[in-house]
Amino acid sequence: MSGIWLAVFGLGVFFLGFRFYSKYIAERVYRLDPNFVTPAHQFNDGVDFVPTQKWVLWGHHFTSVAGAAPIVGPAIALYWGWLPALLWVVFGTAFAAGVHDFGALVLSARNKGQSIGTLCNKLIGKHAKILFLFIILILLLMVNAVFAWVIANLFIKQPGSVLSIFIQIPLAIWVGYAVLKKKGRMLVPALIALAVMYGAAVVATRVEFLQIDLVRYMGGEGATVMGMDAVSMAFLIWIAVLLVYVYFASTLPVWVLLQPRDYINAQQLVVGLLMLYGGLLVLNPEITAPAYNSEATTSWFPLLFITIACGAISGFHGLVASGTSSKQLNKETDARVVGYLGAVGEGSLALIVIAAVATFFATQGEFLSTYSSFTEAGKNGVGAFVGGAGQLATGLGIPADIARTIVAVIIISFAATTLDTALRLLRYIIAELGTEYKVQWITGRHVASGIAVALVAALVLLPDGGRGLGSGGYLLWPLFGTANQLLAGITLMLVSLWLWRQARNPLPTIIPMIFLLFMTIWAMTKQVVFDWSGLGPNDAKWLLFVLGAVILGFALWILLEAITVFRNPKKMAAYESEA
Amino acid sequence: MTESRNPVAHWLDLYDQTMRLGHEAEIKRELRSQDDLFMFLCFSEMMGIPNPVAYYTLELYPILLTEFHEWHQRMGMDKSPLDHVRCC
Repeated sequence: MSGIWLAVFGLGVFFLGFRFYSKYIAERVYRLDPNFVTPAHQFNDGVDFVPTQKWVLWGHHFTSVAGAAPIVGPAIALYWGWLPALLWVVFGTAFAAGVHDFGALVLSARNKGQSIGTLCNKLIGKHAKILFLFIILILLLMVNAVFAWVIANLFIKQPGSVLSIFIQIPLAIWVGYAVLKKKGRMLVPALIALAVMYGAAVVATRVEFLQIDLVRYMGGEGATVMGMDAVSMAFLIWIAVLLVYVYFASTLPVWVLLQPRDYINAQQLVVGLLMLYGGLLVLNPEITAPAYNSEATTSWFPLLFITIACGAISGFHGLVASGTSSKQLNKETDARVVGYLGAVGEGSLALIVIAAVATFFATQGEFLSTYSSFTEAGKNGVGAFVGGAGQLATGLGIPADIARTIVAVIIISFAATTLDTALRLLRYIIAELGTEYKVQWITGRHVASGIAVALVAALVLLPDGGRGLGSGGYLLWPLFGTANQLLAGITLMLVSLWLWRQARNPLPTIIPMIFLLFMTIWAMTKQVVFDWSGLGPNDAKWLLFVLGAVILGFALWILLEAITVFRNPKKMAAYESEA
Repeated sequence: MTESRNPVAHWLDLYDQTMRLGHEAEIKRELRSQDDLFMFLCFSEMMGIPNPVAYYTLELYPILLTEFHEWHQRMGMDKSPLDHVRCC
């Protein structure tokens, strides 16, 4: 079967979902009012609250939420075959992520543009704020550990990409300066930046001297350096370099480096999507991966639903929707395009990842050896996507080796920006917890950043048995998915409460909420009790056990809160005054 | 942003606005933060903090008063903190 059919099926469901389901949600469930005065108009300050054209806001929302996560999750989940991943991405986006992002946007717009965290605090109480803060803390720790591993892994596997990534730093500062100083369109500086980055990628792919290949410098894969094998040492060096970089980057003002790099990345997202969908259309590759991997030893149920978070449903979107996008809605009715279609945008990215990996392998045997176990899928998934994307790009006449380097540059750019943002947020949370518990010395910028970096380093350098340093990154992926899904569960709970109190049909949000909480609790119980505690056939993994147990505790807590709040009319009444 | 006269320019404008929306907001926020500090320094004497250059900053008051209302609201004061400035 041609890989195009995967895209046709997915995009077809997304179209129907937007055309009919989101219309039903907008008119019958959320009951959007075109005359409602949105926070952007009510509090227009020209900075945070700015009425914005709906397609501009959609583009901004989409580029803010789409990053490396919807690439990594589906690439790993192909372990169970392409069909489970495809169905979860497509129907998860249409029926869960769409209403989640859309609902977070509407709920926030109806509450003066307040964030989900603030609304959670008001509805449930002070302890909800701490719960929320800890879930975000864990989520950010996971994000940093996982993405530091993803970047180090790609630097080792695609050494041609290193030069472009380091060139991006001065380019981003230059683009930021240009945006600040010039009034015209910024497309030209951004395109120049992209041309320089991709030009460097092309040259570095073909000129070995320009490839910063630490493993080769140390004598190849079999070599031993200071008692460690060359690959583990390369991991250690790259992770140390990344953490030192991110320490400094996250202490700079955001407009110096982070924002202009985001600006370049937004262009890269467009370039990447056009390249991959265009390549798929022209190349028309055959699917070689199995629809269902019957040789998988780890069951897809319920792990699939936490392996793919971003791309199917992600709590992080609720933070973006309620944190910034809701303050810029021109009309309440625009929320349908911005929220629902924003989720569809990320679903489209996950969809092309599935198509790229499913069509990459020459034979099914090759697929099965790459995805021989869930752990191997975690290690090799991103590499398989880079290979598959490189193959698709050949349809547009781009040589596969160059395309692989460019795709690696795109993924690393997304991951590096997320690393910077997440470490910055981690610093804020550590400082906030320090203030809350009166530990003043940890609230300083450099101390808080140092603690954040140390925590991330401890997680990402976690060795797993004989697999050496850096194993923490891919081991933590399901935990990252779980924390993300919990956040989505909280948002859906708040939206459901609002709908219920307004005597509207809450089923479109309650059903995905129950589904998410059920899957999360089930998956975590299974992993914590049978896989990590030492009670099952595997040896105990204490760090994963503790982290998993904490997340499981949070999940149960949220479930109890949901039951309590739904049964307590007084809390509902307090909520009504806000809505 | 200049008004677009043809569809291509219109779409390029939309694309450009999309890409720079977040970045511009961040720069404006930074500038506003600096302006807020400047406002605070100018009005510091009225809040009990000595201002060694009050003689000079006094001249700025008529200009700054237009932004005074939004500033005190951003600083968490719903009503004007100064008796003789009745902006609200």
